[in-house]
Amino acid sequence: MKAKITVTPKKAVLDPQGKTVQNALEHMGFKGIGEVHVGKYLEIELPGADKEAWRKQIDEACHKLLSNPVIEDYSFEIE
Amino acid sequence: MNFAVLQFPASNCDQDAVHVVKNVMGHSARLVWHKENSLAGFDAVIVPGGFSYGDYLRTGAIARFSPIMQAVQAFAANGGPVLGICNGFQILCEAGLLPGALIRNRSLQFRCEHIFLKTAARDSRFTHKIPEGKLLRLPIAHGEGCYFADEATLEKLKTDRRILWQYVNAEGEMTEQSNPNGALWNIAGICNERRNVAGLMPHPERASEPILGCEDGRLIFESWLTWVENKTSEN
Repeated sequence: MKAKITVTPKKAVLDPQGKTVQNALEHMGFKGIGEVHVGKYLEIELPGADKEAWRKQIDEACHKLLSNPVIEDYSFEIE
Repeated sequence: MNFAVLQFPASNCDQDAVHVVKNVMGHSARLVWHKENSLAGFDAVIVPGGFSYGDYLRTGAIARFSPIMQAVQAFAANGGPVLGICNGFQILCEAGLLPGALIRNRSLQFRCEHIFLKTAARDSRFTHKIPEGKLLRLPIAHGEGCYFADEATLEKLKTDRRILWQYVNAEGEMTEQSNPNGALWNIAGICNERRNVAGLMPHPERASEPILGCEDGRLIFESWLTWVENKTSEN
């Protein structure tokens, strides 16, 4: 199994990377796009098949290390 | 006075901090490797600048789980004085010893230049020797120095007078242009509620001797050292 984790900047946090990517896309001719947010994607390989047990641990890992709750949100799926 | 200067993989201002404490201020200092787990015998802790763990994941995110940081938590909880400089400030925020976070500079550029600081609260251990109205000219060198905290935290920092330093222009005015990284409220440094833990992005240890062209950083060390000395003599 794998945990697929997405970490994104919170809405209230300044995201200059997202803004810069958005500007670049607009300059390239991608008209009418909305705000861009640049985050992180992580994959963690997990042995076994006990999804629920891993869910708890991955949630804790996201909260403690993989994201910073002050500036980021996270979501994940295990498959 | 005995200072611990923490050393993580890729700390790079650790020797400068030791140098200032020992050779400029005349106190003793020792490097403490991040895998050590005791601060016994130390009166104060400096978490120095650098790029601990290559800034992987987020600045300071991995360093905060080093064994020595458990000792720093206990040291700070006992009222021990801790100063984080640049990456040290980022580590202290990640560790929850200071509120908020330091994120990518608004310009997306690494900024390496001299800036001016206004001391916003002189009633702290880290600022009380800084003369009223004196602007500090200090170097900065960071890519992630944009201070962020949610509105409630920011309000609390203001009412508790815990914003110690703010970026200003040469006239002492807090302007958009004098803010090198987009930090909220031009914040360059703050302290915790108990006022024994502080962090700042600029580098006082790189500006404490005439040969370096600027001595303003010395005022921060003098403030702190006087307090540490007084505290030790009280005990």
